[in-house]
Amino acid sequence: MSSSGAAGAGSTDSTAARRNTKRPKYSKFTQQELPACKPILTPRAVISAFLLVSVVFVPVGVASLLASRKVVEIVYRYDSKCIPKNVTNKVAYIQSSADKACSITLNVTKHMKSPVYIYYQLDNFYQNHRRYVKSRSDEQLRKHGEENETSTCKPEDMVNGRAIVPCGLIAWSLFNDTYSFSVNKRNLTVNKKGISWKSDRNHKFGKDVFPKNFQNSSIIGGAHLNESIPLREQEDLIVWMRTAALPTFRKLYGKIEEDLKEGELVNVTLNNNYNTYSFNGKKKLVLSTTTWLGGKNDFLGIAYLTVGGLCFFLALAFTIVYFVKPRQLGDPSYLSWNRNPGGH
Amino acid sequence: MDQVENFPNFSSSMNNSSRNSTFGHSGSKPVSYGSKGADSGALSMSQKEISDEDARLVYVDDPERTNERFEFSGNSIRTSKYSIITFLPRNLFEQFHRVAYIYFLIIAILNQLPQLAVFGRGVSILPLAFVLFVTAVKDAFEDWRRHKSDKVENNRIASVMVDGQFQGKKWKDVKVGEIVKIAANETIPCDIVLLSTSDPTGVAYVQTTNLDGESNLKTRYAKQETQAKVPEKERFIGLIKCEKPNRNIYGFQGNMEVDGKRLSLGSSNIVLRGCELKNTNWAVGVAVYCGHETKAMLNNSGAPSKRSQLETHMNLEIIMLSVFLVALCSVTSVCAAIWLKSHKNELDLMPYYRKLDFSEGEMESYQYYGWGLEILFTFLKSVIVFQVMIPISLYISMELVRVGQAYFMIRDSRMYDAATNSRFQCRALNINEDLGQIKYVFSDKTGTLTENKMEFQCASIWGVDYSSTEASLEHGHQAECSAQVDGKVLKPKMKVKVNQKLLQLSKNSFRNVEGKQIYDFFLALAACNTIVPLVVDTSDPTVKLIDYQGESPDEQALAYAAAAYGFMLIERTSGHIVIDIHGKRQRFNVLGLHEFDSDRKRMSVILGYTDNSVKLFVKGADTSMLSVIDKSLNAEILRATETHLHSYSSLGLRTLVIGMWDLSVSEFDQWHFAFEAASTALLGRAALLRKVASNVENNLCILGATAIEDKLQKGVPESIESLRTAGIKVWVLTGDKQETAISIGYSSKLLTNSMTQIIINSNNRESCRRHLQNALVKSRQPLAASAVPNNFEGFSDAIGTPIALIIDGTSLVYILDSELEEELFELASRCSVVLCCRVAPLQKAGIVALVKKRTADMTLAIGDGANDVSMIQMADVGVGISGQEGRQAVMASDFAMGQFRFLVPLLFIHGHWNYQRLGYMIIYNFYRNAIIVLVLFWYVLFTAYTVTTAINEWSSMLYSIIYTAFPTIVVGILDKDLSKRILLKYPQLYGAGQRREAYNKKLFWVTMADTFWQSIVVFFVPLFAYWGSTVDISSIGDLWTLSVVILVNLHLAMDIIRWNWVIHAVIWGSIVATVICVMIIDAIPTFSGYWAIFNTAATGLFWLCLLGILIAALLPRFAVKYIYQYYYPSDIQISREAEKFANQRVIGGNRQIEMYPIPDGPPR
Repeated sequence: MSSSGAAGAGSTDSTAARRNTKRPKYSKFTQQELPACKPILTPRAVISAFLLVSVVFVPVGVASLLASRKVVEIVYRYDSKCIPKNVTNKVAYIQSSADKACSITLNVTKHMKSPVYIYYQLDNFYQNHRRYVKSRSDEQLRKHGEENETSTCKPEDMVNGRAIVPCGLIAWSLFNDTYSFSVNKRNLTVNKKGISWKSDRNHKFGKDVFPKNFQNSSIIGGAHLNESIPLREQEDLIVWMRTAALPTFRKLYGKIEEDLKEGELVNVTLNNNYNTYSFNGKKKLVLSTTTWLGGKNDFLGIAYLTVGGLCFFLALAFTIVYFVKPRQLGDPSYLSWNRNPGGH
Repeated sequence: MDQVENFPNFSSSMNNSSRNSTFGHSGSKPVSYGSKGADSGALSMSQKEISDEDARLVYVDDPERTNERFEFSGNSIRTSKYSIITFLPRNLFEQFHRVAYIYFLIIAILNQLPQLAVFGRGVSILPLAFVLFVTAVKDAFEDWRRHKSDKVENNRIASVMVDGQFQGKKWKDVKVGEIVKIAANETIPCDIVLLSTSDPTGVAYVQTTNLDGESNLKTRYAKQETQAKVPEKERFIGLIKCEKPNRNIYGFQGNMEVDGKRLSLGSSNIVLRGCELKNTNWAVGVAVYCGHETKAMLNNSGAPSKRSQLETHMNLEIIMLSVFLVALCSVTSVCAAIWLKSHKNELDLMPYYRKLDFSEGEMESYQYYGWGLEILFTFLKSVIVFQVMIPISLYISMELVRVGQAYFMIRDSRMYDAATNSRFQCRALNINEDLGQIKYVFSDKTGTLTENKMEFQCASIWGVDYSSTEASLEHGHQAECSAQVDGKVLKPKMKVKVNQKLLQLSKNSFRNVEGKQIYDFFLALAACNTIVPLVVDTSDPTVKLIDYQGESPDEQALAYAAAAYGFMLIERTSGHIVIDIHGKRQRFNVLGLHEFDSDRKRMSVILGYTDNSVKLFVKGADTSMLSVIDKSLNAEILRATETHLHSYSSLGLRTLVIGMWDLSVSEFDQWHFAFEAASTALLGRAALLRKVASNVENNLCILGATAIEDKLQKGVPESIESLRTAGIKVWVLTGDKQETAISIGYSSKLLTNSMTQIIINSNNRESCRRHLQNALVKSRQPLAASAVPNNFEGFSDAIGTPIALIIDGTSLVYILDSELEEELFELASRCSVVLCCRVAPLQKAGIVALVKKRTADMTLAIGDGANDVSMIQMADVGVGISGQEGRQAVMASDFAMGQFRFLVPLLFIHGHWNYQRLGYMIIYNFYRNAIIVLVLFWYVLFTAYTVTTAINEWSSMLYSIIYTAFPTIVVGILDKDLSKRILLKYPQLYGAGQRREAYNKKLFWVTMADTFWQSIVVFFVPLFAYWGSTVDISSIGDLWTLSVVILVNLHLAMDIIRWNWVIHAVIWGSIVATVICVMIIDAIPTFSGYWAIFNTAATGLFWLCLLGILIAALLPRFAVKYIYQYYYPSDIQISREAEKFANQRVIGGNRQIEMYPIPDGPPR
């Protein structure tokens, strides 16, 4: 390299240069050399992972299946049974003011431990329909002062120029079948307290909000509400307003806080008021016990067993293949340019 | 002639026309690359009348009249885009130029229609507002900085003629037509035509560092006719007619009418804004272009934007995704139509639909618009809900990632050049990833492969070879070649290695004939140039340094060499020079100077001695000189010199031949007459001068030859070898002559002895065609006999013996832009090395275009000089070397750096990483957005096709902004697939980018299939688990939200290669942030989903679902990934394993810092 002159000026130059240098400061971050962990899928790690999954999943699956099997569930579809035989127009019948009481008998096939939950189940009812879901006013439900907040409630927002409380399609279509139960002529008490979420009762529905102008329009969608009871205590409404996610859903009706013994016959007197006939919706009454996993549903247990089994199988397969055809990890002789020199 | 490289057509402005007219916007016009320099049209060009419509009329010293008819721009500049008032509208306007934002906007507007209001008003504009806000803040900050610099610039003071005297005036108030006076070391405020200068001959020296970065002095002339006038005393009356403002900084055409005479003006008469006046006490000129019309400002537009190949491919896949989107929406609306049709009779009073509205007393339809409109609305609503299918946020994320990557590239201490104190520069921010896919590298030679620091190496004088290799650089003898002037010691700034024998001989130069020749030889070196000696003070007041300023580094090297041998050029004016010859000051009259031009390829000077004898000294390229040397004289010496020349150039040295002639009185008179006539000619002056020069430069007596070394830059051979190992084809395009180019090729390991060389070197089209066809035949038959099994070559070429193609510029003239192009490409693609010598700048671009047009492979051009600009702009990636030849190349480049060898870390480390990161990021973003859309879509199938979303509207908007945005950006900036050390050790790993392994159609489809499976698991596990249960929308929606977010983050986590703390923080942090956000949303009592997450998370079912989803969804991917990595490992995978396990085996696995043993590694 040719050396530059300026020997005399060199010393001052170099200090100035050092001060003005743009050399990037060294740090592990800027040089992208932060200490890091570099996991690699080694056969041992992968096989252990699969084994671990199967070890966890198979027992969990078995436990869920057992739990699901332990649940005693009585499901009774009554929508067609509770229409008198001679009625041809079901919709007209259900819309009429005739007495629609109906009596059915449920057979307890297995001992049911208290508490026994009473649900009604609706099929083919789209509580998640976009227009339905939106048709409510949470402001109005919460605060007494905001009862005129009904803009989102169409088409059940006002009646004769006055705001409906609670407004909207959801409240309007409140389920209104009622059930009463008796075993051996002895009435079973149905506890309807605490069937809704506590958070809803305490914060979502106001204690000073009372129903007003409800079901006053020309067509009645469902249940009436007692105008002297605040919304907070109208638990059926609160349950109904938690719109179901799927078109087949259950809603909690109440609890029977005593055991039902095997072989007992439960007589149910029900008022079949709710109109699902116009859209071929099914209505079912469900009595069920519950476990840590909720109601009767084998799906999760089977899914866990399948995944666990599959993982075990994969672990096995990988182990065999590993012993049959191992590969030295990081062996440079596998590199493409080392494998076949002179071409691709 | 080697100097072609260094100052392409600087001296003759008219030859530039064809090249320069396309400079700066070569992308927009069809350009003919075949033209060599448009010599034919030169004469006519200079004389072409500028028609009145195309002309700008400037009345000298009469700005009112000048600006009366024409609205010329004032001198205030504004590089900022916005003012406070215009910021909002203009910035929004500019932002909405992007398709992405328009898409956002349309979706947001659609959502505002009551029939389509899927989301709340606030929610729907959230993503758009967020993006607009971020971009606006960035723009505002940049503009604020521009405002500040504009203000400083506009308020500088210039001295302007007002009412007959010079007064201070702010720059922004200077007008066209005003006379401006510039003092020494001042910056020129606008483009001015020189009228007079402090030098009696009208010379002014300017430094153009601010304009093109060249630090040497350039000479500009005032016209003799105007030089004598003093504007303070008499009003200057004249009219300048010149071309309209353009961006060509090397050309200017015009004429000036003064005192009834018409003077032609060229580029040597104009001084441009931004230059500095040096070595001249003052200069006076008239402003012709101001403010935004100055050439400096017109050239300020920055590098043209390029689009990365990855992004182009990505856009294809985005079209694919749009098709998916339309398909999903169509399915939804068709199903909705069928549902409506089949429930037609029930709709009126259905509890969850209610077509009839009774609330107003009378019965009317409630939000039902008829069958057809309902379908249309459903379609539009589903577009709104599924909008994230098109990953708009990806564009913004990519920009952020590129900024982050650029930060690390700039900060890389490996790419810091200590010699020029320059960091790596990222000038283009949108093609980072292209660096990882380069297949062709086109490199300039001088200044790119070499240092462009010329060093005088050998001299052949009168047939005797003096090589300075054995010379010493002792401090002692340096004092000998210093001169005493006014009691002060003058020393040349640069020391040169000297040959002691020659030094002794030169000292005794008057004693014999041999000495006489040596005397003349060094006199020629010292005098026959355009060097301006500058005296620089040092810290020692008695010692001053002479700095030789000149346009050509070769001339500088020769002048320093002459000084070292005792012939020190001390002073140069236009009339005489002063040379200190071994302590004796001698003055020579410069009677004439014929500047270098690219046709003659030589220059000459006519010196008048004190004893009235007149001598002509000529120096030039060997080919052009040997033709004008009288062969009958000293034939032996000529032959010896030619032998020396050959051996010099095969050493890779740049050679020049020196000749001289004693002019007799009659010869001189004849020349003088012709010269005077030519230099005062109005028409065709340059051509006439050239003719005069050619006439006198004839029948010369040879003095000798010089050889200058242009050293290879550090690390060039190693870098070229690495590039070739990586399968990159390196083409060298140089202006040097063939022998020099080949020898540099050998020393830089570009050429090796095992290669077959094909040389194409012909003068007409037919022989070109013949040569090409022969070469093709030759290249097709593999010469198996001499095949050396070479791993590196095998990679790039399937033929046994690698072939090197060497082709020269003359042949390229006939090949480019003709049907022979195809054959050249075929031939070139069979060659592992292509070396083009003696190519003109535009031909360089032509060669790049030749390759770019015919392959999809990425091209990279690297160069340092103005002659590389067109090539840099043509290539997919342009890299500028910020070296000796100014900043032209850097200004045009996408990336700029200090040394050629930085190309290796740039491509192999950063290019590789950037490509891998962005490729993965795009695929991941497609996946990330598609999975949530699919989950939403599946749900729609269970809501009577009414596009209800179970996932809270806020969550679905925050999904791509907060829940999943940061990990992908951080991973895109920080993750590394391999360490620097491994990447440099195995350059072949670079092939992954060339083969597009990180992003391709196959990966896209595999990922989409995986997305499909994962979305099914995410959606259907909760669906079946909760079927027929009491679950409400919000609870199951929260479960879906959490499982999707955790799933996509785990998916990313599975593909991360290097877990450092930042990545840990951002992955787990974003999951935690999501949980917190979901909890916050569910803690708002007016939302219908109030407290849902807390209620469901209290059940075991929720957690079992979540765990099951995550494992089941990732299972196939995990298994396939493992099988692929273990049984079909890619090179990257093997190297990664090697890196991990080799480290563990060798040094116990505790070594984390990756160092590559290069001498200038990062200092602590």
